[in-house]
Amino acid sequence: MRRAFVDALLDIAKEDERVVVITPDMGFSVFERFREAFPERIYNTGIAEQNSVGIASGLALNGKVVFVYSIVPFVTMRPFEQVRIDACYQNLPIKLVGSGGGLTYGPLGPTHHSIEDIALMRALPNMSVLCPGDPIESVLCTKEAHRIPGPAYIRLGKGSGEPTIHESTPDFSIGRGIVLKEGKDANIISTGNMLENATLASGLLEKEGIGCGVVSMPSVKPLDLELVSSLSRKAPLFSLEEHSMIGGLGSAVAEFLSESGEHSSFLRIALPDRFCHEVGSQQYLRNLYGLSPEGIAKRVISRIK
Amino acid sequence: MELEERAKNVRRRIIEMVSKSKSSHVGAALSIADIVAALYFSALRRTTVQAQERDRFILSKGHACAALYAALAEAGCISQEELDGFYIDGGKLPGHATLSCGAGVEASTGSLGHGLPIAAGIALSARIDKKGFRTFALLGDGECDEGSVWEAAMFAGNAKLDNLIAIVDYNKLQAFGYTKEVLDLEPLAKKWEAFGWAAREIDGHDLKALDSALNSVPFEKGKPSVIIAHTTKGKGVSFMEGRIEWHYKSPDPEQRRRALEELQ
Ligand SMILES: Cc1ncc(C[n+]2csc(CCOP(=O)(O)OP(=O)(O)O)c2C)c(N)n1
Repeated sequence: MRRAFVDALLDIAKEDERVVVITPDMGFSVFERFREAFPERIYNTGIAEQNSVGIASGLALNGKVVFVYSIVPFVTMRPFEQVRIDACYQNLPIKLVGSGGGLTYGPLGPTHHSIEDIALMRALPNMSVLCPGDPIESVLCTKEAHRIPGPAYIRLGKGSGEPTIHESTPDFSIGRGIVLKEGKDANIISTGNMLENATLASGLLEKEGIGCGVVSMPSVKPLDLELVSSLSRKAPLFSLEEHSMIGGLGSAVAEFLSESGEHSSFLRIALPDRFCHEVGSQQYLRNLYGLSPEGIAKRVISRIK
Repeated sequence: MELEERAKNVRRRIIEMVSKSKSSHVGAALSIADIVAALYFSALRRTTVQAQERDRFILSKGHACAALYAALAEAGCISQEELDGFYIDGGKLPGHATLSCGAGVEASTGSLGHGLPIAAGIALSARIDKKGFRTFALLGDGECDEGSVWEAAMFAGNAKLDNLIAIVDYNKLQAFGYTKEVLDLEPLAKKWEAFGWAAREIDGHDLKALDSALNSVPFEKGKPSVIIAHTTKGKGVSFMEGRIEWHYKSPDPEQRRRALEELQ
């Protein structure tokens, strides 16, 4: 996803001279091409994330559109108040880009996991939250983040590890979900890097004779309420994310459904409210926490049977 | 055993650990191998890892934890089996130093800029409780970009915490460039002094110099001490020395063999 993001960013920067990149000492084997193409428009501001978002805000106050890039916790949590006040309160065109969404950096441990970031960013007024599910969505989200005037947060996964799920570029704009397939027995709304496992789980369910649809929801905020509403009236609904139970996509859907009229059953599939003290790769931790294709399919079956 | 021997064993263990687990940050760990050897086998006063009066050591640059785990293993606090599980599915030791591994790690680090504030708090608690132990914190040079480092430095200087010792692993590299180019720290010793610290600059791979500096703290009564240790990232393995890619890469079997050969 990161590769796709950089490609998109290069295209955007060619067209829009206002674009500047600020990196608090991250981006080895990511930003070399950007640096070559636009040496005057990328700055390593040092391992100083609060200052980095502050500098980005100053640049933005004077007409720049600023992409700030780091590992998720260091671009969302460490400089949280600068994001809240400098970027969001002043409603500036600052685009935070986090790599390593969810448990991507599995064995590096909880300091590098990002399982509360969606909750934090979603709570901020003016902020848009975009979690691409594959490299194609990564490009789409980067373009949308650039197109909208205010602050945005893009939650990437790995460098180039994720497979491309979409066969061709789908229609997407901020606030709209992407329907991959509709299911007669259940539907999974997935955000971010769980998209692959959502489609694999749907395949497993198919073999069991269960028609399970898959909807990708990169735009967690604003959420596609129309789509959620219509899906919720058709079949049992599931949300899926590599994020804490608290405050992510599942919460956003639950908040909406609890105040809307009739809907069928809804279940959040997400991580429990705890730090992952277990050591292991993303895949290992996903298996442990029921986010493997098998784990997801099991949850769906036990819910609808 | 001589300190040289200890440092070499720490380095060999680091190479084994990162090769086996295919993890990154080997350069950062080799950079501090001599410092942790001098700490664990000379400077730190401790009988057991639980003793109330033990000197505390906090690895603020937590990504170099392979060096810390290796030193703890060398000191007999971590078993070989636990070390073999470093960064491995189902193991106990993740890729950043963690309190919960229960092996004598004093604080969970990995997000840079947290260790010195925590160390200052521990040093303050020692003063409140009238305990004689000292608290050592090891920081990266790039890590010194973080404002929180200087907030803690100002606090400790103002509080005259002479039971606190910071060591800066000044290896001139950080994650995406040379420290001098990203944010030049110079004049570094003067900065610390201006914040109320007593500073000493040494060669961070000279075990005698390390031993003598670490064993003569506080440098001045009523002031926290800082040792600015000039080092080389990747020290001890010729093809890793001073090369930024070894912040990320892990040695393949051939590179592992060559590295261990150099560390005979
Ligand atoms: C708050 C924070 N920001 C960014 C990172 C990512 N990161 C890990 S190591 C590193 C470079 C550290 O450089 P330095 O302190 O000089 O240590 P070295 O690796 O050179 O020994 C960075 C930026 C982090 N771990 N924490």
